[in-house]
Amino acid sequence: MSDTATVAPSVRKAGRWVFVSGIVLLCVWTLLPIYLLMVNALSTPEEVNGFPKSFIPSFDLSSLRFFLEFEGVLNALWNSIRVAVVTMILSIGFGAPAGYALSRFDFPGKEVFRFLVVMTRAFPLPLLALPLAVMFLRVGLDDSVLGLALVHTTLALPFAVLITYSLFSGIPFELEEAAFTLGCTRFQAFRKVVLPLAAPGIAASAVFAFVISWNEVFAAAVLTIKNRTLTAFLMQSLDWSPLHLKFAGAAALVLPALIFIFAVRKYLFAMWGIANR
Amino acid sequence: MPRYLPYLLLLPATVFLIIFFLYPFTQVAIESVTSNGEWSLANFQKATSHWKFGEAFKNTMLLAALVVPIQLVMSLTMATVVQKLQKGRSAILYIFAIPLGISDLAAGLIWLSIFEQSGFLNSMLVGLGLIEQPILYLSYQSPWIILFAIVLAEVWRATAIMMVIIVAGLGLIPREYGEAAEVFGATRWQRFYKVTLPMLRPSLQTALILRVILAFEVFAVVIALGGTQMPVLMSETFNWQFNLQDRGVAAAYAMVILAVSVLFTLIILRALHVPKEART
Repeated sequence: MSDTATVAPSVRKAGRWVFVSGIVLLCVWTLLPIYLLMVNALSTPEEVNGFPKSFIPSFDLSSLRFFLEFEGVLNALWNSIRVAVVTMILSIGFGAPAGYALSRFDFPGKEVFRFLVVMTRAFPLPLLALPLAVMFLRVGLDDSVLGLALVHTTLALPFAVLITYSLFSGIPFELEEAAFTLGCTRFQAFRKVVLPLAAPGIAASAVFAFVISWNEVFAAAVLTIKNRTLTAFLMQSLDWSPLHLKFAGAAALVLPALIFIFAVRKYLFAMWGIANR
Repeated sequence: MPRYLPYLLLLPATVFLIIFFLYPFTQVAIESVTSNGEWSLANFQKATSHWKFGEAFKNTMLLAALVVPIQLVMSLTMATVVQKLQKGRSAILYIFAIPLGISDLAAGLIWLSIFEQSGFLNSMLVGLGLIEQPILYLSYQSPWIILFAIVLAEVWRATAIMMVIIVAGLGLIPREYGEAAEVFGATRWQRFYKVTLPMLRPSLQTALILRVILAFEVFAVVIALGGTQMPVLMSETFNWQFNLQDRGVAAAYAMVILAVSVLFTLIILRALHVPKEART
């Protein structure tokens, strides 16, 4: 009947072997570059600039210390964190109510709003930094944490809307109705019934918003001069920075993102998959 | 239930998108077609007459044309392979998804650590006795190697986003369809081509649109690996805005990027058309 029934056992075994080694190869392809970066970050500056390189780190922290003590780095780290936190708050604060409205109500104009949100996808959003740079100069938001966070929110908000939309859609409306019959107001029902159920998912989408902002380069480089974020700092220093500064910086950029992605791994597929439909 | 409640809930997001998305894009569009307060195409003329424009345009398109098909094949392979796993599925999926959290700048620097002259590639080749002296890969004399390194870094970093969308899409295809095809004697390839791929069309559409647009926005990877050797549209936009301080020309560049993005979105939407009834 099917093709597997007619295939000899030896061929199937070989197929299995190819399959497993293929997976191992793909894992190595994904993990090896990160490992190599960490080797560089955990070696002395001399080792990083020397040749040939060892594939095993000497577990020396002097490169990282050099990076952290470099002028402007701590400030850049702090700015990155602040911008990402503000982005996170804004995109969930604006996005979650919209996601809730989309999941619970049918109303004229719903499709228009969804179109507006989905349309953002067809636009190269970091370019917004160009006109906004002028606008911010006029209102005194130039080179500020809030200004950059506003641009990053345009990147993260559509995701927040669509993710929370699918989250709330997964919570039956009947639960809220039961709360209404027990005398809850709409707001109480939301706070006491829906929110506890949706909270882990909302937290996960907040983490995504954080990572989106943390990783963004173009707008950060255009909009910040004195108050650079870590990405903007690394980007602007590419021309003159020594290798150990570059690699320690890249490691500092990668590490929090790895931790965050690990923390929300349960939601990774459900959210990205559905939110992108 | 008050009738205005949904509008009240949508208000903050809508107002935000109008002020920080629609308005600035009209601003940049207007800026690109005005110079000295008058309507003119001078900005576009200035942008396109500069020798770097053709280079940047060609490089951007070439990169997208090389990167996206490789990513499509790889993400489909990864997603289908993972589907067949019985054990360790979520662990493997997590590993495949890791680059999702890595910024393009970090990805560029990671691959720089491999390709720079005292980097890991040379260390390995010398260690194996294949070469005697470390080779300078990322130089203006070998633009093809720079291109190759950028393609590798982009494929490494951004395949995960396509894979995640495709994995989610595969999960939505009812098992019965494949089983029915099997009953009728379809081979594994036939099942993939005639059942899985067509059913996957909405996810493929989204994944491709997202990836193609991000490919036109390629910036930090290119700067990290190629410096100024390899101009792309985004880096030239940055250059005009920041170093040459000509916002009009930068706006013209932005319009070019926007135009190709929208054009390709429409092409993908048309090519992978999903009938309304088939939407889930």
